[in-house]
Amino acid sequence: MQVLFRAVLFLLALACANAQAQLSIEITGGGANQIPIGVLRFAGEQVLPQNISDIVEADLRRSGRFRMLFAGSVEPLPTELAQVNFADWKSRTADAMVIGSVVRLADGRFEASFRLLDVPKQTQIGGVAFTLTAQQVRTTAHRIADMVYEKLTGDRGVFSTRIAYVVKQGSRYELQIADADGIGSQTALASREPIISPAWSPDGTRIAYVSFENKKPVVYVHSLVSGRRQVAANFKGSNSAPAWSADGKQLAVVLSKDGGSQIYLIGPDGSNPRRITNSGSIDTEPFFTPDGKYIYFTSDRGGSPQIYRMSASGGEVARVTFDGGYNVSPRISNDGKTLVYIARDSGRFQLRSLDLATGQGQALTDGQRDESPSFAPNGKMILYATQTNNRGSLAAVSSDGRVKQRLSVQAADVREPAWGPFFNN
Amino acid sequence: MRKLFAFVAVALLAACAGTPEMESKAGVEDRAATSAAGDRQAGSAVTPVAPNAGQQANPLKDPGSILSKRSIFYDYDKYDVKDEYKPLLQAHARYLAQNPGAKMLVQGNADERGSREYNIALGQKRADGVKKILQLMGVKESQVESVSLGEEKPRCAEATEECYSKNRRSDMLYGGEY
Repeated sequence: MQVLFRAVLFLLALACANAQAQLSIEITGGGANQIPIGVLRFAGEQVLPQNISDIVEADLRRSGRFRMLFAGSVEPLPTELAQVNFADWKSRTADAMVIGSVVRLADGRFEASFRLLDVPKQTQIGGVAFTLTAQQVRTTAHRIADMVYEKLTGDRGVFSTRIAYVVKQGSRYELQIADADGIGSQTALASREPIISPAWSPDGTRIAYVSFENKKPVVYVHSLVSGRRQVAANFKGSNSAPAWSADGKQLAVVLSKDGGSQIYLIGPDGSNPRRITNSGSIDTEPFFTPDGKYIYFTSDRGGSPQIYRMSASGGEVARVTFDGGYNVSPRISNDGKTLVYIARDSGRFQLRSLDLATGQGQALTDGQRDESPSFAPNGKMILYATQTNNRGSLAAVSSDGRVKQRLSVQAADVREPAWGPFFNN
Repeated sequence: MRKLFAFVAVALLAACAGTPEMESKAGVEDRAATSAAGDRQAGSAVTPVAPNAGQQANPLKDPGSILSKRSIFYDYDKYDVKDEYKPLLQAHARYLAQNPGAKMLVQGNADERGSREYNIALGQKRADGVKKILQLMGVKESQVESVSLGEEKPRCAEATEECYSKNRRSDMLYGGEY
């Protein structure tokens, strides 16, 4: 019974996967100081439905922080330090190598192990063995890529994280969740009315969003575990712009129930709404700092939309952006050091960053219609919505502006991306 | 065990196959916080009719009546109602005053440029402005709800100023029309 139970669960889970509408990713530009690395095929990995080494290599390449060296066909494939031809890899200027092996276990599962090698020193600097099922190849590969990335860059990898975005196809809107590489998308909600502003809870189990299915904006909180949702804010007037507090216990939302768009705190279940801005102007797009102390938001109180900051419980407000007549959609990196936002410059909407300590600003994109930025949880990439050939698509840019990726779904309009948190947060 | 199995299977099916068309509100909890919307829905059941309806055409639908005109258009990034729309609002204010059971939903809209959320706030400002003028003209606060659709419901889809100007608007809908 137990086995049947599991099997059926698995089949049902598979049935959810939406294989037709995968995001495909194209990378342009390259980072500075890329680490030269070779990822060899894992010995015996052909017993799996997909090669782990291919997925690890694609992950590392996509980050823009590695220069992938062509591994060629090495025979026999090394699985241990002593079997590696270091002289060859040294001559190819490799700094690091990944080798590994896969074997089938007696119970039908598999064991995959990898070793991360320092080529100049000819030593092993990392390595783990995983037990996996045939369905866990991608998960396992992403975890290996995360470990390699962290060991070599010092930053936590985001290959095991997920992204949410909205796909519009004709008059149908779908809120989809996919792995960070755009694969394995599943539809969390389908509607005939617009869905906007998805926001991940800090633990990654829930998504707050705005749906227009009641002919006006209403904020919902959707559990990805149960597939159920509840209304978080449906007051008279408009309800929008949900943002999670760092502890996941509160949402900041924008309500117009008392006149004008103002910011309120509310429980994710709709409990205890309390107003935290008091202006006759537009106050919207709240975003909590990761330490929970402040809320950044957009306001036109100075005559044009600009970004402001206040204490997370309201109170005194400080203006943050000054250049230009339209600065909106503030987001703060997880380390609290960087603000990214959308600025209008000569009619073009582009992504900019601001170092909050030094006040140093930088243009990150040069598009026409960039919007809805979202930091990767490690702060190294920013996912955003852009337009290609008059259609919405997603793109990502590294926080230094050097590496750009374009993610696209065939024959659909994609918008409103939100990068989810670390898996085991 | 069997029960749990069936329950989980159904829950999973609901979770995937179930990404339902959301026209129906089935499965969605309404909380106390939604009472305002409840009022609105109750209001939408009230069909506003002239005293001797049946004999007369509904002035709201009569193309010859100013009341059949429902849209107000705006300049870019602006939310002030231009003077040319004052007679239109005056007529709707009179109608609402004469039909205290009638309810109106004002939907503010923005063109597609810029932040979707900021555009919701901009559309809200436009709809709030219409509501405020109607109130100043004597309409009861409870008769009018102002909401925003932001840039999500464009009337015109091209990226031209001509199109944008059609999308920067407030629409006035009466109970039963939304």
